[in-house]
Amino acid sequence: MWNDVWLVAGKDLRIEWRSRVTFSQVLPFALLVLVLFGFALDANRPVLDAATSGLFWITVLFVALTAVQRSTSLETTDGARRALLLAGVEPAAVFLGKALAVAVQLLFVEVVLVGGVIILYNAAVESFPLLVATLLAATIGIAATGTLLGALVAGVRARETVLPILLLPVLAPVLIGATRAFDDALGTAAVDGWAWLGLLAGFGMINVVLGALAYGVLLEET
Amino acid sequence: MESDIVEHTGSRTTRLLGASVFVGLVALVLLGFFVAPPDDDQLDAVRMIFIHVPSAIFTYVAFVTTAIGSVMWLLRRSIWWDTVAGAAAEIGVLFCGLTLFTGSVWGRPTWNTYWDWGDVRLVTTLILFLMMIGYLSVRSLGGSVEATATRAAVVGVLGAALLPIINRSVEWWENNTLHQKSSLTDGKLEGMTLFTLFVGIVVWGLFFAWSLIHRFRISWLERELRTTDLDQALRDRRAEGHRV
Repeated sequence: MWNDVWLVAGKDLRIEWRSRVTFSQVLPFALLVLVLFGFALDANRPVLDAATSGLFWITVLFVALTAVQRSTSLETTDGARRALLLAGVEPAAVFLGKALAVAVQLLFVEVVLVGGVIILYNAAVESFPLLVATLLAATIGIAATGTLLGALVAGVRARETVLPILLLPVLAPVLIGATRAFDDALGTAAVDGWAWLGLLAGFGMINVVLGALAYGVLLEET
Repeated sequence: MESDIVEHTGSRTTRLLGASVFVGLVALVLLGFFVAPPDDDQLDAVRMIFIHVPSAIFTYVAFVTTAIGSVMWLLRRSIWWDTVAGAAAEIGVLFCGLTLFTGSVWGRPTWNTYWDWGDVRLVTTLILFLMMIGYLSVRSLGGSVEATATRAAVVGVLGAALLPIINRSVEWWENNTLHQKSSLTDGKLEGMTLFTLFVGIVVWGLFFAWSLIHRFRISWLERELRTTDLDQALRDRRAEGHRV
């Protein structure tokens, strides 16, 4: 099973490495959103300081939408889904592999974005372990939920428009939890970031399990 | 084929239900506006709970029905349960919207604000509302009956599984809450106000049952129509073939 997970994740990441979509399109888009937030808030320092964590995670959610769309379209073009089914790979392994590939790309963008908020928003990292743990826990939750819902809308024409309305409300706890944990890690608000980390981890676990269980049904029946 | 044509989705039971809903609504309006006294603190705004609380209760009843229907589809592939889940979700969205609307209208004179971000139930209900709109949009995506049912069921189960964690996150997010503790259990309501509230709950329950049955029958007929249309089209094509 784990071999298959690495296989699928490796396949998606290899396609990504060769096409450079995340690097040449998603990453500039993410930085652009950071700049736009700066314009929208009139580069008002106190407001930007207070809102840095929230803006960071909103940007990550936008990036997640594009990453999931991309990950899904890899399987829908040229009927690759059928081929994946015929390959005899366990659906749960396909799910974990694809989620892992999305998570790796998200983490890559997030690391650059952290640099972005340090430079553009003048943020300072006060707790490095909390920052890293939050990035990991939140990203697992986002990637798992996104991969599951991406597969759910894979076969339909309106998938670009329906994915945000499905994914974003469900990710509300991640936005709230990761923002609060970041507030602690960046020292912008007095909250217990580690408590929020527990919630993020719980969210991630539920979605990894649900996704692994439901992915096969979606792959075969829709 | 003439006898197969269905002209309406009513039956004796639904007509009886519909009539009781109508009578109940008239009674509720009379009780709510003329018999129940104004509240000491909230004055006339208290009358909003006769709609707000029943709507909130049946929002949850509807969405629990949808969650059960979703699980039953995944376990048994029962199209009956899938149709129930879809019908309940539509009515649930209606009730949920009504809950949010009446809540904000009530909040304006009572809390002096339409919306309060610090209120857990308010924010959770709004997220639930948006999630269920997502569920309904999945149902309307098209494709085969089975594929639609499976997609919708996965969204339904996911929503039900995540709702507690959403509620928890909102609760932690803002620890202070303006929202009244459950009005029914804290014993503050009494006399005609309490009685009217119970009438409201009963009427809303009857309305829920009535609209659920009708919506279920419409969905069922829609599905039958699609399959008979296909069968008819096939027969027509075959008949053309024979003529040559």
